[in-house]
Amino acid sequence: MVDRHRIELVVNGETETQEVEPRRLLVDFLREDLGLLGAHIGCEHGVCGTCTVLMNGETIRSCITFAVQADGQEITTVEGLASNGKFHPVQEAFWEKQGLQCGYCTPAMMLRTVEILRENPSPTRDQVREGIASQLCRCTGYQYIIDAVLEAARTMSAGAETDGKVLVKQGAGPSSAEAAAQTQGSGPALEEEAEDASRQKES
Amino acid sequence: MKPAPFAYHVPSALTEALAVLDELGEEGRVLAGGQSLVPLMNFRLAQPTHLVDINRLDELDYIRRDDGVLAIGARARQSALERSQEARGAAPLLVEAVAQVAHPPVRHRGTVCGSVAHADPAAELPAALLALDAEVVASSRQGERRIPIHEFISGPFTTTLAPGELVREVRVPVSGAGSGYAFAEFSPRHGDFAVSGAAVLLQLEAGRVERASVALCGVAGMPVRAAGAEQSLRGARGSEEELEAAAAAAVEGLTPSADLHGGSAYRRRIARVCVRRAINLAFSRARGGA
Ligand SMILES: Cc1cc2nc3c(=O)[nH]c(=O)nc-3n(C[C@H](O)[C@H](O)[C@H](O)COP(=O)(O)OP(=O)(O)OC[C@H]3O[C@@H](n4cnc5c(N)ncnc54)[C@H](O)[C@@H]3O)c2cc1C
Ligand code: FES
Ligand code: FES
Repeated sequence: MVDRHRIELVVNGETETQEVEPRRLLVDFLREDLGLLGAHIGCEHGVCGTCTVLMNGETIRSCITFAVQADGQEITTVEGLASNGKFHPVQEAFWEKQGLQCGYCTPAMMLRTVEILRENPSPTRDQVREGIASQLCRCTGYQYIIDAVLEAARTMSAGAETDGKVLVKQGAGPSSAEAAAQTQGSGPALEEEAEDASRQKES
Repeated sequence: MKPAPFAYHVPSALTEALAVLDELGEEGRVLAGGQSLVPLMNFRLAQPTHLVDINRLDELDYIRRDDGVLAIGARARQSALERSQEARGAAPLLVEAVAQVAHPPVRHRGTVCGSVAHADPAAELPAALLALDAEVVASSRQGERRIPIHEFISGPFTTTLAPGELVREVRVPVSGAGSGYAFAEFSPRHGDFAVSGAAVLLQLEAGRVERASVALCGVAGMPVRAAGAEQSLRGARGSEEELEAAAAAAVEGLTPSADLHGGSAYRRRIARVCVRRAINLAFSRARGGA
């Protein structure tokens, strides 16, 4: 008999309840059980970063995390970045600066970018280079990706000056169905990001 | 590939975790950050039959300083150590070392105690903890024992942890005022495992070394203390010659095994350079230079 565990987690603002085998990798759960194909599989041992998603707002490798470990947690995949039919500023910037070729590394690269810019809203080129070192890209040679991250930093801090809640407006979907009924804001993770971003700006 | 099937246990209290581990004995395997274990499972190099996930043990999620010791609980992530102001004050060498472990997405999950339990000979944290004379606290249903880290790690990926035991905490003596520290490593690509690395802690007295700790990773089957270098540094003021002599003494007699990064002589050479750099930086920090 296969041992199955019931898990309940929030993925891109939606509560999901499923039964999974303990050995189910989070990336396979997202792709195969939830049909969220944005998390890609590359190396399957934590090195390439193409499976990176946000767990409670932090980047993690979903190929070396079990789905059962995401029970009760909040996951954001690239599908959760856009909201109300509008791209997240990071997505806009990758589009604008052509920060991709084949696109295989791109969803993870953008999620890592969201995190990099939350921790440091106006990074230098070298800081961006170091920040994205956790993500491998086989195509671009990285220059355009770095341009895209810097462009996102520019547009997001310009947005933050006029409107401290730029990420809330354009950020991920609500964290739960309940929250959805109440507001059009982002999930807690991204809301915190906006707060962090404006705090850091002030200091 | 995908992991082989296993039974999953997810205790929510330490006592419960120890009871499960006790019952499982040899069969039980702790799952902490999973950043070393799950890749091995994906390749089926490891096929544990029972995993005991300690990620729900909130009581072990701490990094705190009391009575001259920095205590790091089993659930504390490597990224938490990196951000901890308390750790920065109490054991800056360890913070410098953890920042060189992998990349942030890995450090968000990986734990400090997990790295010690895994005992990878190339890992930074065990070497830094060795230089710091840290202790490992192993808990089981029968009680608790404290093991100096040099006795805890007994070989490549091998420790003296017994079945049923959990690494509950590592304890790091607080580095004294006026000490200088540095962790220097070399890896071909940023974020990769180091070819070799050196952890150095210097205590100066009137400009001279009173006490030196030097530990290396990546040069043997487990992290090693460089007793020769420590002796040669005693009384040193930090001259070029003294640095060179200490670095040479550090690698004397070492025969690192060759791997795809290079041969034995290359690795020894790299280790020597890392030691020299770390001692140099530790001196300038001890003098308040950096
Ligand atoms: C891409 C990548 C790059 C990496 N680069 C580096 C690097 O440069 N340097 C480096 O040092 N490491 C590196 N690592 C490994 C990483 O630091 C791991 O986090 C660490 O080795 C293990 O910690 P963990 O919490 O993830 O443990 P796990 O993977 O959960 O466990 C590892 C082993 O330790 C045992 N264990 C864990 N915790 C306990 C405990 N509390 N009590 C008893 N047993 C326990 C487990 O049973 C298992 O056998 C890398 C990992 C990846 C995926
Ligand atoms: S697929 Fe997860 S890091 Fe490569
Ligand atoms: S765009 Fe092809 S891998 Fe990055």
